[in-house]
Amino acid sequence: MILVTREHLNPESVTATIRRDSNGGVVTFLGTTRNDTDGRRVLYLEYEAYPEMAHKMLARIAEEIRDRWGIADVSIAHRFGRLEVGEVSLVVAVASPHRAQAFAACQYAVDRIKQNVPIWKKEVFADGSVWVGMEAEHQVSPIS
Amino acid sequence: MKTRVRLFAILREKAGTGELALELPDGSTVAHAIEEIAQRFPALREGVSNIMVAVNTEYVHESQPLHDGDEVALIPPVSGGAWAETKGDAR
Repeated sequence: MILVTREHLNPESVTATIRRDSNGGVVTFLGTTRNDTDGRRVLYLEYEAYPEMAHKMLARIAEEIRDRWGIADVSIAHRFGRLEVGEVSLVVAVASPHRAQAFAACQYAVDRIKQNVPIWKKEVFADGSVWVGMEAEHQVSPIS
Repeated sequence: MKTRVRLFAILREKAGTGELALELPDGSTVAHAIEEIAQRFPALREGVSNIMVAVNTEYVHESQPLHDGDEVALIPPVSGGAWAETKGDAR
C-alpha cells in the first residue's frame, strides 16, 4: 500500500496491510516530529507535498525494494499538512521471511524517501520558521 | 506552447504563488523555462540554482525539451536529502 494523505496515520493499519503467514518478521519505521531543533523549540510543522509525484516516487521505492531484496510486502504512508509535535508523519512497513532483509529494506526506504520524494517540511518556532534542508540560506523568517 | 509551472515550499513562498501558466517558444527546454521564471520572479533567482526539476512528475535534466501541455515542477531540496545524490534520479 502506498498512501500520501492529510489524514492522521495509523501505524497499526499500515503494518496490517503487509502481514502474511509466509513472513517471519515485520519492520516498521515511524517518522515522528521532534519538539526541538538546535535548541529552538518547535511549535508545529507544516509538510507540503506534490502529491501526484510523491505517490509515484514512493511506489517506485517499493519497486526498487522488490528488485533488490525480492520483498513485495512494503507499505509506505506519508502525511502532509499541519502536524503537531509528536505526531507521525511517515510509516514504512516491510515484511519478509527473514529479518535481515526487512531491516535493510526498511532503512533503504527511509533513506530514499528523504532523498527524492517531493515532500517538504517546515519547522515553525516562536520567532520564525525554516524549511528543512534550506537552513544554510538563513531564510528563517517571522511567521506571516 | 503552453506549459504549467508548479512551485513548492520556499520557492512558492518567495514567488507568492504555487502555480502559473508559462508560454514558451516551440523547442524550448526546461532551462529556458527556469530562466523565464527567474526573470518573472527575481526573488527566485538564487533559489533556482539549487533545485531539481520534474516534467509531468518525472525528474529530468535541464536540457529536456518541453511540449505543449507539460507540467514543470521546480523542486527545492527535500527534507534531509543531499541534492547532489538525487540528481542521479533524473532520466
